[in-house]
Amino acid sequence: MGMSVHCDIVSAEEQVFSGLVEMVIAAGSEGDLGIAPGHTPLLTALNPGPVRIIKQGGDEEVFFVTGGFLEVQPNRVTILSDLAERADTLDEAAALEAKREAEKMLANRTGEFEYSKAAAELAEAAARLRAIEQVRKKLGR
Amino acid sequence: MAVGKEIRNQIASIKSTQKITSAMELVAASKMRKAQVRMAAGRPYADRIRDVVSHIAAANPEYHHMFLEEREAKRVGYIVVTTDRGLCGGLNVNEFREVVRDMKAWRDKGVEIDVCAVGQKAVNFFRKYGGNMLSAVTHLGDEPTLSQIIGSVKVALDAYAEGKIDRLYVVYNRFVNTMTQKPVINQLLPLQAQEDDAELKKKHWDYIYEPDAKPLLDGLLTRYIESQVYQAVVENNACEQASRMIAMKSATDNAGNIINDLQLAYNKARQAAITQEISEIVSGAAAV
Repeated sequence: MGMSVHCDIVSAEEQVFSGLVEMVIAAGSEGDLGIAPGHTPLLTALNPGPVRIIKQGGDEEVFFVTGGFLEVQPNRVTILSDLAERADTLDEAAALEAKREAEKMLANRTGEFEYSKAAAELAEAAARLRAIEQVRKKLGR
Repeated sequence: MAVGKEIRNQIASIKSTQKITSAMELVAASKMRKAQVRMAAGRPYADRIRDVVSHIAAANPEYHHMFLEEREAKRVGYIVVTTDRGLCGGLNVNEFREVVRDMKAWRDKGVEIDVCAVGQKAVNFFRKYGGNMLSAVTHLGDEPTLSQIIGSVKVALDAYAEGKIDRLYVVYNRFVNTMTQKPVINQLLPLQAQEDDAELKKKHWDYIYEPDAKPLLDGLLTRYIESQVYQAVVENNACEQASRMIAMKSATDNAGNIINDLQLAYNKARQAAITQEISEIVSGAAAV
């Protein structure tokens, strides 16, 4: 049995995951990062994107977060997410639709404010699609 | 029969009051269940972020955030969370008593007080009691959202950042169970490490920050304060419904007791009148 560390994923609305994991892979603001047990204390902001955890025993699970923070302590990993969902409940059609919508808004932008809003929406839709793809790959479809 | 007309009227009026209080009890009970669910849902996040912030307070950061700095208290701020409406027993009164005691202790030391009021009752109270009101939010409804309170929190945080206040507390009722709600005063700023992190504090360590410590801590600590105040509002809401349910239940019971007493008095008066009438008839018949 490999080493494991306790991991909590919470969103503002609920506790999404709590348990022992062997590895956490998340989209940090400076790039993707993988956290293994015994990692040095770390505090980072998270970008919208998938969070992949390898549970004790090798099972994988993918979550989608819309941003938040990741804290690493020697014996515990905490992900504070604004909104977290299990990736296998994500709807690909809805994500694609949102992406198209955001691209359309970007194409005929009117004001600076709307531009930044559209860009944020596009990033989120793209992140959702990334999470869905990861689940796909895992299931081997 | 003219006997006991006032008593009959009184019974009728108390019965209609009883109907209202028992309806309010049922409404509060169903709202309380929803409020409890909302409170339980938000708790993991509030607890975890408190843990993380407590770790930060125990660390030895390269960048010293002002939220972590202990300053001499010249002016303190309170975010007081109360209900909008009354008829919820002693909930708000108990809370105000606690706050006033705390404020008095500060005033005796010559420290000024600022208040951010959340809820109509707090606004009314501090208008009468005095104290500098920085902001007021009312009518959050049964489903308070984070966006409703962000403005008020920002006012308090800005005041802290500008050095206008040197401490920030949040005051609300903690939901112990349906029967018990306890007013609590929690210190938000400066941040304090929890007691079980005392061990962390002993050794010298720091996080790796990605990106830089400043924007990261700014974002995280602001989020922390917001989440703590939001949780306080949600919890106070659950307290309000529970307390109202209990208050209305005892009002309904009391009304029932009064009705019983009045009914007894009415029956006695009626019986006395009948007895008197009979004895008058009998003595009248005997005289003939």
